[in-house]
Amino acid sequence: MAMYKSPATRRYMIRMAVLMTVYLIALFAAVRIFRHTDIAGVPAYALAIAPALPIIGVFWAVMRFLIEEPDEFIRMLLVRQCLVATGFCLTVMTIWEFLQNFDLLPPGNGGFGAAFFWFIGLGIGAIYNKITMGTIGNCA
Amino acid sequence: MRNRLKVLRAERDWSQGDLAERLDVSRQSVNAIETGKYDPSLPLAFRIADLFGLPIEDIFLKD
Repeated sequence: MAMYKSPATRRYMIRMAVLMTVYLIALFAAVRIFRHTDIAGVPAYALAIAPALPIIGVFWAVMRFLIEEPDEFIRMLLVRQCLVATGFCLTVMTIWEFLQNFDLLPPGNGGFGAAFFWFIGLGIGAIYNKITMGTIGNCA
Repeated sequence: MRNRLKVLRAERDWSQGDLAERLDVSRQSVNAIETGKYDPSLPLAFRIADLFGLPIEDIFLKD
């Protein structure tokens, strides 16, 4: 059976594809420039923040989809997914920080920040929806 | 909340997809409502009632 795809779903998928492409380009460029040049000052800050912007864009795209999707059941599935993701992310980060506070883990996060765990949480939320509601919805 | 959606749909020989299309919702929504996993909002319940030409209370029943 064909998957339900509202115009909002299609917009969401296009936004995600664009944002992920921009993220990969920005990350690749930032890593290369920091490794091979002596960039400093304001440009360095701007370059360091550049890969974060498309990630922030993904948060926007998810919330925008929540507003634009006309199907109330699909919206509810996404809300549940986001709640699971937020709970998972906050739990992992809180435990991690306390382990660091008591010097049981080294400082830094090795590149795995809150956004990474929120996206993992979205996956867990999709599995939770599949188990409890019989469907993962459309995306995210 | 129980509902008679599956019976009403079967009487008209509609698939879940057919009903979803008529209501302009996803097939997943129809399935979730039919199986009692999701209770529709009042506006959607009215749309369902209008489609079947029945009062809401003839479609959705208290447990």
